[in-house]
Amino acid sequence: MFELDVVSLSRLQFALTALYHFLFVPLTLGLALLLAIMESVYVMTGREVWREAVKFWGALFGINFVMGVATGVTMEFQFGTNWAYYSHYVGDVFGTPLAIEGLMAFFLEATFVGLFFFGWKRLTKVQHLVVTWLVALGSNFSALWILVANAWMSNPVGAVFNPQTMRMEVTSFKEVLFNPVAQSKFVHTVSAGYVTGSMFVMSIAAYYILRKRHVEIARRSLTVAASFGLASALSVVVLGDESGYTTGESQKMKIAAIEAMWETEPAPASFTLFGLPDLKSETTKYAIEIPYVLGIIATRSLDKEVEGIKPLVLHAEERIRNGLPGYKWISEQGGRPNVVVPAALEGSMRDLGYALLLKRIRPDIENATREEIVEAAHSVVPDVPVLFWSFRIMVALGFYFIALFGVAFYLSSRRRCGAPWFLKMTMFSLPLPWIAAELGWIVAEYGRQPWIIDGVMPTFLGVSDVPASNVAASLAAFVLFYTALAVVDVALLVKYIRKGPHVPESGPTPQPRAGALPVAAE
Amino acid sequence: MFDYMTLRLIWWAILGLLLVGFAVFDGFDLGVAMLHPFVAKKDVERRVLINAIGPVWEGNQVWFILGGGAVFAAWPPLYAASFSGFYLAMLLVLLGLILRPVSITFRSKREEPRWRATWDWLFFVSGALPSLLFGVAFGNLFLGVPYHYDQWLRLIYEGGLLGLLRPFALLCGLVSVTMLVMQGASWLAGKSEGEISERARRAGAVAALLLVIEFIAAGLWIATGIEGYRIETEIAYNGPSTPFGKEVMIGAGEWLLNYARQPFAALAPLAGLLGAIGASILLATGSRLAILASSVSIAGVVATAGFSLFPFLMPSSSHPGQSLTVWDASSSQSTLGLMLVAVIFFLPIILAYTSWVYWVLRGPVTEAAIERGDDHYY
Repeated sequence: MFELDVVSLSRLQFALTALYHFLFVPLTLGLALLLAIMESVYVMTGREVWREAVKFWGALFGINFVMGVATGVTMEFQFGTNWAYYSHYVGDVFGTPLAIEGLMAFFLEATFVGLFFFGWKRLTKVQHLVVTWLVALGSNFSALWILVANAWMSNPVGAVFNPQTMRMEVTSFKEVLFNPVAQSKFVHTVSAGYVTGSMFVMSIAAYYILRKRHVEIARRSLTVAASFGLASALSVVVLGDESGYTTGESQKMKIAAIEAMWETEPAPASFTLFGLPDLKSETTKYAIEIPYVLGIIATRSLDKEVEGIKPLVLHAEERIRNGLPGYKWISEQGGRPNVVVPAALEGSMRDLGYALLLKRIRPDIENATREEIVEAAHSVVPDVPVLFWSFRIMVALGFYFIALFGVAFYLSSRRRCGAPWFLKMTMFSLPLPWIAAELGWIVAEYGRQPWIIDGVMPTFLGVSDVPASNVAASLAAFVLFYTALAVVDVALLVKYIRKGPHVPESGPTPQPRAGALPVAAE
Repeated sequence: MFDYMTLRLIWWAILGLLLVGFAVFDGFDLGVAMLHPFVAKKDVERRVLINAIGPVWEGNQVWFILGGGAVFAAWPPLYAASFSGFYLAMLLVLLGLILRPVSITFRSKREEPRWRATWDWLFFVSGALPSLLFGVAFGNLFLGVPYHYDQWLRLIYEGGLLGLLRPFALLCGLVSVTMLVMQGASWLAGKSEGEISERARRAGAVAALLLVIEFIAAGLWIATGIEGYRIETEIAYNGPSTPFGKEVMIGAGEWLLNYARQPFAALAPLAGLLGAIGASILLATGSRLAILASSVSIAGVVATAGFSLFPFLMPSSSHPGQSLTVWDASSSQSTLGLMLVAVIFFLPIILAYTSWVYWVLRGPVTEAAIERGDDHYY
């Protein structure tokens, strides 16, 4: 499937390192907030058991956090090492949120996380609580800025191409910041992180309750995780729908591909629950459809139509043709300072990115034939079956989380922990939020292909001029390194979970009755 | 707010500030990692070393991450050219930076001597590799890097990894290693007690003297053996950012011209030398203020590199006319302006809470406290 050229290797490396980094980020987001909540309870009630709970989950948080930091460094610098032309072309816009992330969020998070661990004896209770909240706040701000940058790749607003400098430059930072895609992505992603954190705590707590170990801490943690998890799971789905709406506005092709919708359907479009998308015949076989639903998700109305893949390809063809005169003019200027775009070409400049799609087919794109333009237009279709299925599994998991947290919340509000089968089910659900999060990443990022910046820059054009052998070497190094670290990390987590929290000094752990556990009024 | 030229100058100064921040703060972490096998002998001593930086290394590393983000945002062509040009070297730096946090965090989580010895060794590598390669990369800026641009401003790089390992660049790598060892030792001297502190002082005093010798040697080499770059044509200070449209000549002694033009610039190398000498004396006499002198030295050394190269950021040895400079490799005026506002707003806040955290964590890390297991210790 992949040729071993610089483009494929760089893409593979970015995808692998990003997916790997994204194993740690959602848990950091969720656990940081859960720690802050539990510590707030500790400060308000003064009960040692909550402090031990914070320390225990904090130790697991630390092991996870450090991996997030270690793998995050790679992400930031990969833009420069592997995507140099991308960095040059959009750094003026894309670099800013990354820099502000460092200033506003990462310094906060990283400075106080040390104090979180080392400050228990040096700070007052309230001071330490503030530190914990600042860590949680920092990690959320961090997600905000990184998603502002990320969303711009899907919906590049507030910037234009400047032929004097041969790159995109900011026209309105406000538009970049208040990008609707960024807003909906942020809330969707952080709630997914909260779900991950809640599931992590709830699963491990369920394991302890099943084993009748550390029950005092486990059932309290379970209660907190179930309520926080339920709220988060509900908002992931509601806000995921919001995300679908903004995608429908800005990335029609992504929506069409997720739906495997080849033709434009008359409004309101129906949602395909199941089907087998076939790329060759451009049809979806055995489709089971629910009427109206897609129209509502993507357009918030019953009378607007959702465009299909085939008409969007025709539209792309038109934009490629339209972009060619602009490309030709720029090539003639050759990066000369102080050139001004002629008024007649201004419209063409907006479609420059589409013309650049031809670069993959021939270097002198001005002379492209009709067939080559059609071929380039077809390249705007992402991998339909992958998106179709990733999306459906992700959504199904989302609804499963609501159900699971809902039952757990009901049980814990009735002061019960549930039957062993339910605890077991909770325990084995541990990996599911990660699967959902990674699939979400695939829908958002793989679904943006062939664009690195939607409609502005094709992915293949963004790579660095480095030998394929170098990228192959770095890819191999990352795979080896990351695999070894993953093994160590999981082994350490398991070791710490087996060991469990310290038994609190305030009295022995009461023996629970099977299936029912008293929850003290606290 | 400011005109384009002023903004570019301010951002050049901010770039320097971030580099100094990185070298001063993250520098002592890297230095401690390099000193780890030599200063600490027993397991508990190694834990003292790790815990001397344990609560702060994460915050310190942000100087590097912020530096990267700021170069990406303020100097995108420089970000693109340096990171892709030094591809394999950057990969090694990254591997070092991944190794550091995990070796700090994972080491003490198991008791087995082999486990701990492995992470100890990796911890050393995580300090030595980035320290050396940062210096080598800086050295290559003085020598020029072989790259040019095509019509669409795509960067074409003409060198390889081994091409970076030139004698002068290796000397710069050595300067960087010695400098950060001095900084790490100065930090340890104040953050530990007894034998560890004494070993650190001895190592630091020697490193500081070595730094003086290497720094002078590098200066002499630049004065006599290395050709510098100068812009020949008139400079469009407020022009659009493009590396085309200027002529650059190469000649002996050009890297020293800025000191003749602006004599105050000589304060930088002076601070580099006097700071190191001061650090050496303070370490030898057992003062806890060595870290201040050492930090002054670092700021001086970094500023010396910046002042010498100005206005060049990354000279091209194969196509000197396409070298990246302060005037032609920046972001747009509005991006520079906006980010300046962000820096003015956030940097004081960062410095305030960072100082508070250091204040809370003041005092030496003792073997007794670690053996008691008082609080969270790695």
